[in-house]
Amino acid sequence: MHDLTLASARKALRERRLSAVELTDHFLASIRKFDGEINSFVTVTEDQARAGARAADALLATDNAPSLCGLPLGIKDLFCTNGVRTTASSNILRNFVPPYESTVTSNLLADGAIFLGKMNLDEFAMGSTNMTSAFGPVTNPWRRKNSDVKLVPGGSSGGSAAAVAAGLALGTTGTDTGGSIRQPAAFCGITGIKPTYGRCSRFGTIAFASSLDQAGPMARTMEDCAILLESMAGFDPKDSTSVDRPVPRYEDALERGVKGLKVGIPREYRPDTLPADIAALWDQGIAWLRDAGAEIVDVSLPHTKYGLPTYYIVALAEASSNLARYDGVRFGERVDAGTLDELYEATRHAGFGEEVRRRILMGTYVLSSGYYDAYYLRAQKVRTLIQRDFLNAFEKVDVLLTPTAPSAAFAHSERPTDPVQIYLNDIFTVPASMAGVPALSLPAGLDHDGLPLGLQLIGRYFEEETLFAAGRVMEKAAGFTHKPALHAGAFA
Amino acid sequence: MSGYIIEGATGPWEIVVGLEVHAQVISHAKLFSGASAEYGGEPNTHVSLIDAGFPGMLPVINAECVAQAVRTGLGLNAQIHLMSRFDRKNYFYADLPQGYQISQFAHPIVGEGQVEIELANGSVRHIGVTRLHLEQDAGKSMHDQDPTRSFIDLNRAGVALMEIVSEPDIRSPEEAGAYLRKLRQILRYLGTCDGNMEEGSMRADVNVSVRKAGEEYRTRCEIKNVNSIRYVMQAIEVEAARQVEIWEAGGTVDQETRLFDHVRSETRSLRSKEDAHDYRYFPDPDLLPLLIERDWVEGLRAALPELPEAKRERLEKTYGISRYESGVLTVEQGIADFYETVAKGSDPRLAVTWMLGDFFAALNRTGATIETSPVKAEGLMELLALITDSTINGKIAKEVLEDMFETGDSASVIVERKGLRQVTDTGAIEAEIRTILSAHADKLAEYKSGKDKLFGFFVGQTMKAMKGKANPAMVNELLVKLLAE
Repeated sequence: MHDLTLASARKALRERRLSAVELTDHFLASIRKFDGEINSFVTVTEDQARAGARAADALLATDNAPSLCGLPLGIKDLFCTNGVRTTASSNILRNFVPPYESTVTSNLLADGAIFLGKMNLDEFAMGSTNMTSAFGPVTNPWRRKNSDVKLVPGGSSGGSAAAVAAGLALGTTGTDTGGSIRQPAAFCGITGIKPTYGRCSRFGTIAFASSLDQAGPMARTMEDCAILLESMAGFDPKDSTSVDRPVPRYEDALERGVKGLKVGIPREYRPDTLPADIAALWDQGIAWLRDAGAEIVDVSLPHTKYGLPTYYIVALAEASSNLARYDGVRFGERVDAGTLDELYEATRHAGFGEEVRRRILMGTYVLSSGYYDAYYLRAQKVRTLIQRDFLNAFEKVDVLLTPTAPSAAFAHSERPTDPVQIYLNDIFTVPASMAGVPALSLPAGLDHDGLPLGLQLIGRYFEEETLFAAGRVMEKAAGFTHKPALHAGAFA
Repeated sequence: MSGYIIEGATGPWEIVVGLEVHAQVISHAKLFSGASAEYGGEPNTHVSLIDAGFPGMLPVINAECVAQAVRTGLGLNAQIHLMSRFDRKNYFYADLPQGYQISQFAHPIVGEGQVEIELANGSVRHIGVTRLHLEQDAGKSMHDQDPTRSFIDLNRAGVALMEIVSEPDIRSPEEAGAYLRKLRQILRYLGTCDGNMEEGSMRADVNVSVRKAGEEYRTRCEIKNVNSIRYVMQAIEVEAARQVEIWEAGGTVDQETRLFDHVRSETRSLRSKEDAHDYRYFPDPDLLPLLIERDWVEGLRAALPELPEAKRERLEKTYGISRYESGVLTVEQGIADFYETVAKGSDPRLAVTWMLGDFFAALNRTGATIETSPVKAEGLMELLALITDSTINGKIAKEVLEDMFETGDSASVIVERKGLRQVTDTGAIEAEIRTILSAHADKLAEYKSGKDKLFGFFVGQTMKAMKGKANPAMVNELLVKLLAE
């Protein structure tokens, strides 16, 4: 059962070779068994999952079973779930139970999905290591060869990535602001896609940086991601930035192939410091696509080097404002104090972790009078230039191929103390976020330590189908079947 | 110019005033949520999760509020910006759920416009409008419900406001009052704000500075949240006087935010410039730029009601009334409508005389408004018709109108009930006159010897004897004839 993909599980359920209750019980048992070590779940919703599974089995016995009927998923704990605690992995929302459901999770529920629980993440999705969570760090199920050192799963969707890698869920939802789906997917050897900004509704998803945040699926295969994205995506009148255009059947695009497709290789993504394993894997990826009939074109995205600094200005500016609502007045945790200002200070000091506080301070700084023009305004202008880079490149090519991250997963203990060093993890993922174009990461091979490495495909606005088609070609070529050290299958 | 000058020890000072008016938009729902925007209600009953700033909640613009802002812009003869944008104004306060107010800072929906005001001496001035923008109102903090705690009511949080900013064109308290009255009148005509200052649906921030003639502007102070036109005028007066005193004593006025205390008739410092918030405005990333179409704006323009100035001119032309009369009649739309109904069925001159005279007097006396008046337009019309067709004379009509206000009966019912029908029988009037003349033989002799003034005496006696019901013209005519005998 552990080698099931979402697609094969769907088939098995349809053919009644497997019941939704059996499937759900299997994952709940795996979570109990392995998640003590991985810590990918903040909350496990056993009762709800079982009740959902029973209802799914009843539906599966009819001809009216919806597309995801009976398939157990994990939900990043940034999506508000009606009646289920939603924490953003922050102390300030430690006991927050929303009376409403996010649009993305509503869509999944409407399609019959079962929620196993809420996935751990970096606090308020701020981080690339999943070490800033108030519910403890997530441990990557992968280990280096001959080593027991615990590695980070990446972040911020670290719990979502680790759970899929360890076989604790068929798929999970993630959110990606500057790489939060793609980088942990790469670190954990799974597939994840950040769709075009506006493709999935942000309604009911706790905001980090509104102009960048975008939900997307994380799963084992390209096909699984296609199935999940089709359910998650769609126009939502409750989100003014969601885009009103039909959602294609992404599954139908999977086997389109890449014959005649022009694949751009941006030269700026090959810094001197790029590890040899990653450079080699990138070349391998290029060869796979060329062999499958794609045309490889060298392109330039000249403003790439400004991506990271401008991202950290725009994202943190928005975050400093988005997180102002956590003030202890109406919901969430409160630390009482003498005056209103003291209440704010005490509540927010106790409620937010160090990284969140740092980012709020930096975001506040860049918006301050006297600094706004030099930072925020300038960053917005550079953002336009970065967008233009992509538009120019996409006049010549259909997709771009790059590494997902500049390294493989590193150890908890190797986590740099300098925040800027950590921010560098996002160097290859941030530009697509700034431009709002879709991008995915797929597991393409292992490094010399036996750790997974990801490659990133970036596409034109709303051309997720092309990404799935090219990704599927690479997935087949890569034949990535490696399993992490910690995996439900290994102990079953 | 109104010529409002403060005579200081060092010479005359001129005052410079600009007003920021916050006008609550009339709409069913709030600016960015579907919650009711109605005034009142139990605390926290008109609140959506969006208004309360819950995690993951997003604003969605209410098209009706945008239409109201555009209508208002059109009513102020202002530029309508087809592209505008919402910004976040960041600050912490307990009644500001999101930690920011969504407002329009850099790109307001309405640009420059103008308000024409008329002063008591009949002079006309034009006050520039800098801009009008849409923004959210905050909730209400209540500090008087409990000795140690404050309570928050979010009913108002998120309700749409229009902030209407004037140029510093105002030069006297009188002009400020005239500007606010005119603005309120336009908003009410448009149906975009009820202008009710007591309920807080219209509030003003008043910027005041003083200067010597010909000087550049000096430092201004902002007096926050003044909630009546009278207080605005008083606040300007006392604040200007305070500033003159400071300047003349050799000091300098500090730029600061002040409060007006109407009980003590003084302004007090609320916070200095150093303590001013840094609002960290930036474009709200949850909202796209607001794009509206020229055709849509033109559609709204075509559907605008007639505005006070246009109505005034039309009333003057159509009904031959004076500038003063048209001004009074158009103060409120309801009054103008009332007048037009009456004027169409009566002599328009007679109608305006009666409305501005006895009818308004009766409204004032009974505390009624044009809407609640027991005498409707049709009732007044009937009364005027009775005068015109000589059923009653003007003096009797006054009595009938009072009765109408008291009893709610129609004019004709009252005339019949009280037997007030005018006597037009020449025989009866002639007989009465003869009796009077013989009873006052001495006066008659005086008259005949040249004391013409006694004519009025004989008219009065006749009318008195006939209980006012005689037709005055007939009395005159017959008296002339009989005195000549």
